[in-house]
This record gives sequence, C-alpha cells and structure tokens, in this order.
Amino acid sequence: MSELAPLIVLAGNPNSGKSALFNALTGARQKIANYPGVTVERKSGHFSFADGRPAELVDLPGSYSLDPTSPDEEVTRSVVMGLQKGERRPDVIILVLDAANLDNHLRFALEVIALGQPVVVALNMMDLAERDGLTLDPAKLEQALGVPVIPTVAVRRRGLEDLSAAVENRLLHKPENIEPVVAKDRDRGLSKQAKRIANLAVVSETAGRRWSERADRLFLHPFAGPIILFAVLFVMFQAVFAWSEAPIGLIESASEWVAAGVEANLPPGFLRDFIIEGAIGGVGSVVVFLPQILILFLFILLLEASGYMTRAAFIMDRMMASVGLSGRSFIPLLSSFACAIPGIMATRSISDPKDRLTTILVAPLMTCSARLPVYAIIIGAFIPPTQVGPGIGLQGLVLFGLYVFGIVGAMIVALVLRSTVTKGPNSGFLMEMPKYQLPLMKDILIGLWQRAWIFLRRAGTIIFGATVVLWLLLTFPKVPEDSAMSQVDYSVAGRIANVIAPVVEPIGFNRDIALALIPAMAAREVAVAALATTYAIDAPDEEAEAKSLTERLQSRWSLPTALAFLAWFVFAPQCISTIAVTRRETNGWRWPAFMVAYLFTLAYVAAGITYWSAVALGL
Amino acid sequence: MQTPTTLDQLSLKQSAEVVAIDWAAISDNEGRRLRALGIDKGVSVEKLYRGMFGMNDPIALKVGRMMIAVRKSHAKAISVCPVAVTTPA
Repeated sequence: MSELAPLIVLAGNPNSGKSALFNALTGARQKIANYPGVTVERKSGHFSFADGRPAELVDLPGSYSLDPTSPDEEVTRSVVMGLQKGERRPDVIILVLDAANLDNHLRFALEVIALGQPVVVALNMMDLAERDGLTLDPAKLEQALGVPVIPTVAVRRRGLEDLSAAVENRLLHKPENIEPVVAKDRDRGLSKQAKRIANLAVVSETAGRRWSERADRLFLHPFAGPIILFAVLFVMFQAVFAWSEAPIGLIESASEWVAAGVEANLPPGFLRDFIIEGAIGGVGSVVVFLPQILILFLFILLLEASGYMTRAAFIMDRMMASVGLSGRSFIPLLSSFACAIPGIMATRSISDPKDRLTTILVAPLMTCSARLPVYAIIIGAFIPPTQVGPGIGLQGLVLFGLYVFGIVGAMIVALVLRSTVTKGPNSGFLMEMPKYQLPLMKDILIGLWQRAWIFLRRAGTIIFGATVVLWLLLTFPKVPEDSAMSQVDYSVAGRIANVIAPVVEPIGFNRDIALALIPAMAAREVAVAALATTYAIDAPDEEAEAKSLTERLQSRWSLPTALAFLAWFVFAPQCISTIAVTRRETNGWRWPAFMVAYLFTLAYVAAGITYWSAVALGL
Repeated sequence: MQTPTTLDQLSLKQSAEVVAIDWAAISDNEGRRLRALGIDKGVSVEKLYRGMFGMNDPIALKVGRMMIAVRKSHAKAISVCPVAVTTPA
C-alpha cells in the first residue's frame, strides 16, 4: 500500500486545550500554511502510531458550532464534512472536549458526531476538572455518545497512548455507514441534549477550589483590574527595552566580528564592500531587533496562554467601544507594538467584518519595533539628554510622546473610519473567558520559535534585498574622477531622490531624507541604514568618513527637520510587508491602497505641521 | 419567582433564568454566537462582573461552567427572571 498517510484532524471548542494536545502529539515540527482562498491558518504536523506508522495531524480552528459565524468556523465545518477545497476527507476526527465544561462543549461535539464520520473523543483537561471538584465517568459518556471517549491531560502527556490506540482502532475498523446514536438536532434541542448527556457523565460535583474565580475577583475588579492591566503593560514595555540590551550588544559585536573577519580575509574591492556594507551592515542592523521582538512576544504569548488576555479585552472593551471598536481589537493592536504583521493576522479572531477591517487599517499606527531604531537615532542626535523631573529624561519623554501620538492617532482614525468608510451598527462583544491556566513552557517556546523564524526570514529576504539594491543604486554609476558632483548625486538612487526631493521639501525634508525614504518602504529600520550608507559613500575624505552617523545628522539637519522626520514616521506606511499582509487579509488591493493613501496623507500633514510650527517657534 | 427584568438590570452575584430573548434586536450572526456560547431561553446565568470603574458595560456572565462577556446592548435584549432570593438592590 503506497497510499497517503491517514489524515487525522483535531476539532473542538476554543479553549478546549486542542492546541496543547496538538503540540503534545506532534512536537515542534509543525507546518503552518493557509487554506486556499481564505485567511485561515492550516496547522499540520506529523504523528506516529505505536508501531511507527505515520499519520498527518491537522489542528482545525476552534469552533463553537457547525453553523459558522466566522471564516475560521467555516473552514472547520467544511473540513469535518469533507467539503474543504485542498483538503482530503479526514480519516478520523479527534473531538477535543474540556472535561470541566462538558455541557457547553458537547453541543459542538453532538453536531460533529451527528455527521456520521469516524470520531474519537478526547476528554481533555481531566486534571483541571478534578481540581474543580468534578468526577466524571468516561464510560457513561462513551455509552451516551456512541463513540470512543479517552480521558486525556494534554499538558502532562496523559492518555496520549490510549488516544493513539483508539484512533488506530477507528482506522482499522472503519465503520461502514455508522448510524449516529444522537439524532440531528438544532439549537435549543441541542443545548438540552448536551446538558442531559453532561449530567449523565458527571458522577459527583462539589464546589471544589474555584481559584480561577477568586483570581477574577481581583483581575476583573472595577478599579484594581484596570490598574493591574496598566501595570502589566508597563512592565512589558520596560522589559522590551531593559532585557534586550545585553542580547543586542551580543548581536552587534557578533556582526562586527564577522565584518572584521571578512575585511581581513578578502582583498579590497567590490565583493568585500558588498558583503560588509550591503549584506552584514544591512541585515545586521535589522537582526538586532530580534531580542526586543521576542521579549514582546514572550509577554503576549504568556498573557494569551494564561487566559489573562481575554480579561484585558474585557477591561478595555468600554474604552475601545468609544471609538467604535471592541475589546477584541485590543489584542491585535497590542501585538502591533511588536510588529503590525502578526497584529493584522491576529485580527482573524474578530468576528465582525467591519470591526476587523478598522482594526487592520489602524494597526500600522501602533509604534512597531521597526520604528525604534529610527526614533532612537534621531532622538539621540537632536534631543538633549536633560532631566525634566526626577528620573524622567527629556529623551525618554519624547519617545513616550511618539508612542502616545501613534495611539491617539489610531483612536481618532478609528472613530473617523467607523463613521465613514467602515460605518455600520456597533458590533457586539461576545467572548468566552476561559479559566486561568499555567502556561506550558513547550507551547510558549514553539510559539516564540515560529515568530522568530518569520522575522528572520523577512530579514533574510525583503530587508536584505532592499539593502543590497540600495547599495548598488548608490554605488553605480561611479562618479568620474574629474566631476564636481558627489557620488550620491551621480548615482541612480541620487537621481531618483532629486526628483522626489521637491515634493518633500515643503515639509522640511532634504535630499538625503528623500533618498532614505525609498528603501525604507521595504522596512522602516532600513532608513537608518540608508542614511548611514549615503553619508558613508558621500564622505569626501577619511576624516569625514570616521564621523558617526549622529554627528553627521547634527551637522546636516536642522532641529525642525529632525522633528518633522519623527512625525513622518509616526504615520508613514513605510513597510511593504504590512501592505502585503493587508492585501492578503482583506482579499484585494482596495483596502491596502486606501491604507497607504490615508497614512501617507497623515504623515505628510503631520510632518508639515511639525516643521512649520518648529520653524515659527524659532527652534 | 421574582419579577422579570433584563440582564443589564440584574444585580451582581444574582442568578437568573433566561425567559425570553428579543432576537430581532440582535444581528443574525451575533444571535448565532450567543446561542453557540450557550445563552438561550431556559438557561441559568449568573451575573459576575462589570466593566471598568463599575460601568455596566460589558458584563461577565457565568453560563454553566463557562464565563462569557456580553455587551450591555445585547444584555438589554435578554429578559431574565432572578431565581435565588437576595435583597433587592
């Protein structure tokens, strides 16, 4: 038999521990792709039975019902029914149920079982149910449902062998035309039936230790709750800067060491310049942000896995509602502080399409980590490190102000969009708040690794490509020895910049900025590398070349120009990846085009106002 | 049985049974989600928490062993009958 390995899918409610079970069954070797034509993730991995035979395991999006209310639920429905394009009919469906939440999770389970496909039920999180004072009888449940029921504790790898054996058994003895024990039933009847079966399975129920509810008394307290949330966010942003210093230093010295090695071993010439200035300089200046991105994601993953993120959404809902969004937008927008790309991808959990679109459109206004290098270099060069209060420096205050500027901008834009282009009835906020859980190190590490890989791939492709192209455009054609023109003016890039310069001159930008803005379209942080490259190539002699980028900026830019440049970067959609992910998530060019247009307009206006106000104030 | 009220008016820590839902006041999709989360006629709920600074929006409800968040706008469409006897607020 040379058939494909059998396809086994995991289906179940959100918060049933489905992903933890998936991670426990497959390990870190997972493949994440998209279902064709929709923005729904297809997570698959390899799994082996006890005798070593392989199977493909797919983790379906969590669903409350086969009557879909989101693209995610739509995919789950078509896969379990064998109707999904690009997916085989599953050989076995593993239904994952939270043992402590049976009456709710059984509704979906009953719907799936009624389809008559081969099903094995994983009665998951048995330990938590026991801690909650619930004693369950899996055999009773098996009898009532008419399908095998295996108790599991995914996070402690309990019951996995039994589950694997039950799945194998289902594969070997494929029941022909199974007569579903439970009749097909809709809505109300389903709820009652679920409740009845749940009651059958429960042997005894005591109050137990409801520590999760006790925790909520604090975290959802009308006054303490918001204070705790802001404290958590404060610690998170502090950590992003404080914890990343050492690893960033390591990456910097590593890239210097590699550059020195190349310099010592290659003869001077085109190839050496290319590797040192283009490859190592360009990619190195971006990879240094990996520690900050990973720290931010570590916090976000921990907050999500522990169940606290939904409480944060609950607390923030009222505030988000005032600009026409909901608490659900809070998580994607928070992720956008690391990078708008995962933030925009996280909007998939927002069920209201107009809510989701608005969130996607404002996500680029959150100060992503790629803006930091730009802000850092300009603030370092132009804002004096004076103290404005105990422990409060002017530089830090300006940086904080830029973050606030972005957030306030996003709120105003959301409000305007919700009453114009994404006008519609105020969306609801219906969300399950799962019990708190101790996050599992393995799940967090897998999540971090996936984020790191996406980022490094981006650095290795888009950012590397952009830096190399800019370097080539700046280096060629070579200025003739007897020409009075500088290399930059003579180069292709310089000529392009000279065309753009008149457009940005009214807002205080010079030719060098115009030049830096082009490659910065690939990624914002490239602006810093581009300025450095431009001034390095432009340096008239060795002495000038030795000057730091900071000194060069100070001698060539006025303060109003620097401030206008900062204001520009708060709004400018300087990131092709964000535009590309917006196109993918909105299924067309219409919304990314709109996003680019409105962000450039805002950037131009904000930079212009900043420049002219600063000039008028005599700065 | 006490006098019926709507979910948004229910006092905190109060259990109640859902007696009617004005589906016309809720969009189709939201209605389906509401049912998918277990809120329907005949279901017992308990109002657990309110939003920031005591604003009555959103509301956290206990449905079975699950806690869910709903907005006031939806809660207004859900008629409930308080079950356990507590001192009226």
